[in-house]
Amino acid sequence: MPSSSTTQAPRVHQDDVEVFSYDEQITRLFVLATVIWGLVGMLVGLLLALQLPFPEANLGQYLSFGRLRPLHTNAVIFAFAGNAIFAAVYYSTQRLCKTRMYSDWMSRFHFWGWQGIIVSAAITLPLGYTTSKEYAELEWPISIAIAVVWIIFAINFFATLKNRRVKHMYVALWFYIATIVTIAVLHVGNNLAIPVGAFESYPIYAGVQDALVQWWYGHNAVAFFLTTPFLGLMYYFLPKAAERPVFSYRLSIVHFWSLVFIYIWAGPHHLIYTAVPEWAATVGMVFSVMLWMPSWGGMINGLFTLRGAWHKLRDSVVLKMFVVGITFYGMSTFEGPMLSVKSVNALTHYTDWTIGHVHSGALGWNGFMTFGMIYWLLPRLWRTPLWSDKLANAHFWVGTLGILVYVISMYVSGITQGLMWRAFDDAGRLMYPDFMETVVQVIPMYWARFIGGSLYLAGMVMLVVNVMMTIRDAPDTLPDAAQIAARKPVTAGMSGDGAPGTGAEGNGTAAPTPDTATASDTPSGKDDDDDDDTPRPGTKKVQLPTPGDD
Amino acid sequence: MGRFIDKDGMHRSLEGWPLVFTVLTTIAILVGGLVEIVPLMLADDAAERIETVEPFTPLELAGRDIYISEGCVGCHSQAVRPFRHELERYGEYQRAGETVYERPFLWGSKRTGPDLARVGGKYPHLWHVRHMEDPRSTSPGSIMPPYPWMLEQDANLDVLPRKLRALRALGTPYSDEEIAQATALAEEQAAEIAREIEQQGGPADLASKQIVALVAYLQRLGTDLDAAPNVENELSDASSTASGSN
Repeated sequence: MPSSSTTQAPRVHQDDVEVFSYDEQITRLFVLATVIWGLVGMLVGLLLALQLPFPEANLGQYLSFGRLRPLHTNAVIFAFAGNAIFAAVYYSTQRLCKTRMYSDWMSRFHFWGWQGIIVSAAITLPLGYTTSKEYAELEWPISIAIAVVWIIFAINFFATLKNRRVKHMYVALWFYIATIVTIAVLHVGNNLAIPVGAFESYPIYAGVQDALVQWWYGHNAVAFFLTTPFLGLMYYFLPKAAERPVFSYRLSIVHFWSLVFIYIWAGPHHLIYTAVPEWAATVGMVFSVMLWMPSWGGMINGLFTLRGAWHKLRDSVVLKMFVVGITFYGMSTFEGPMLSVKSVNALTHYTDWTIGHVHSGALGWNGFMTFGMIYWLLPRLWRTPLWSDKLANAHFWVGTLGILVYVISMYVSGITQGLMWRAFDDAGRLMYPDFMETVVQVIPMYWARFIGGSLYLAGMVMLVVNVMMTIRDAPDTLPDAAQIAARKPVTAGMSGDGAPGTGAEGNGTAAPTPDTATASDTPSGKDDDDDDDTPRPGTKKVQLPTPGDD
Repeated sequence: MGRFIDKDGMHRSLEGWPLVFTVLTTIAILVGGLVEIVPLMLADDAAERIETVEPFTPLELAGRDIYISEGCVGCHSQAVRPFRHELERYGEYQRAGETVYERPFLWGSKRTGPDLARVGGKYPHLWHVRHMEDPRSTSPGSIMPPYPWMLEQDANLDVLPRKLRALRALGTPYSDEEIAQATALAEEQAAEIAREIEQQGGPADLASKQIVALVAYLQRLGTDLDAAPNVENELSDASSTASGSN
């Protein structure tokens, strides 16, 4: 526990240690970008939700549903969730490797390059420049920019791994590795196209091939942009917030490898009963069902990390957010395999159920994991207490209610559509031959979804207020705290390998508080060490390895 | 298994080798995609060919690009599934051979509105003009956004030679003449459609407008399958492809 290590006197010569610092500013930048783009992306989503039951809300050529929909999906996936995972990666990788990011310059290039990409998406999509491929709508110049920024990110990340002072990579880093490699492969593979204008191109694939490549990409954008990095986030921040080691090291190995292997196969379940070969659709379905187990491995490892610590939920909005987030992860990763079973898919495909499914994942898992992380990071990054716990709690409740209203209304609407489309009357004719009947029927559900989305957005606004007010109270300058590490790399036996979590050994993955030398040396004397859960002004932690440990 | 995942097992060593770890991860994520996609790339697509399926005309291509640009695919699928209720509602189910000139594919994943794969010829041109101008005028209760600017803005036909050339480089069989004359061919077809719209009682002078290109595209959708007399043979070929026995 942190308290037991606060009064230890150092017994090590200065020559044995080196002093370094973590780049905190880059995490702050990504956190701010997450919050700003989250607000924008969800606002666009709410406008779309209004446009469906109330078409008069289509505000002209540039703000009609067809053009705004890709803007919404890109904004929430790549701007909101994207900046959130970068915040998580930059914060946790440095600490798990006990080293600063390899290059501050590359970190800044990544940050500003990514924001530039988002802005160019926000301009080109309403102008109608789109490839039409879902989650890969951005036209070729922006695609190239994404590849460049991603490569810089990858170099920076892997060079940081190389510079690490901790021998073994903690499980969060495995998931980051899988994310960085796979997104690069998917992005390049799916965006191969011949330009025919500044913002126009034709893909090198046609028809069935194009469909398969697109959903190989599309499904795995969900897998490797919205799942694996968030599992990495979970593996770092959940044990930190719960002050518990991860439940099972073995489970983390098994579920990591099975998840990254199986996910890739699942893409064709988006194309069941289309002209793609039957075998491909069947393979996609079978692997989707198999995917249920590794997905739940992650959920179990997350939820069981809280064993013996459930009482902490009462006082911790961070843990509450995480628990609901992981629960929605479990629900949507059960739902996903179910929807890929052919007979279920026959009913649900093309309906609003799909929309409900993705929002259970996006609002529940991605959103709440992000919110939990931000509420945990805010006081640490800005070295000041959260402005309002009450407001954060209100965010939690209104957000949860919003998700439920959203998701349930889409389930009802989706099942209604599916059943009406396939209904026959007694004479064997279509019961609802006029498609319009099935549209009019679900409009009340579209209004309900609008209410659910409004609640969720209201929660987002509460977060924005809390962030602004917390930052307003923060010190004017926030210099990076000095860290101390032994000169030699820390070996396996003695270190926690940077693994977060405290207390007794779980099933092996997380050791006690990382005992690599760390010390806080801020001028204010505030302890902002990451191993410490609550910043305690006035205390100073110095905890050095004994020379014999090397 | 135990030796591998124990606390001091082999995986523990692997965690100390980021390069090896990354290589193994890369292999793990490549396998599935390769197994599913490569056979399709290598397959002889002659088996899927349907003789009556022709490339889009230049004007239809321009209309298709408008369809893409407006994000129509967000609400309209173009892939009829082989269920009785879909056959009754929309028409023939989708054949692989029909999609060989679709760059990109526009099958969609949502039906907020109806499937459009077989919409060609279902309504007169004028219906589409009115519908795009104000969807609720032709379809009371519709929640589709209106697109009145399509009747006012010119379609960009000058870029068509470049587009056709790019598509030919990718394998669409456009002739040299078609590429050279692409803009003229498009204007010719547009004039014909505009004339028909006027005959049906619609507004005059639409020939250069986006709406005509879009109408050309929509009226083409799904019609190739029935375009020739020997369609029976083609159908049996295509359906065996669709059911995976190629």
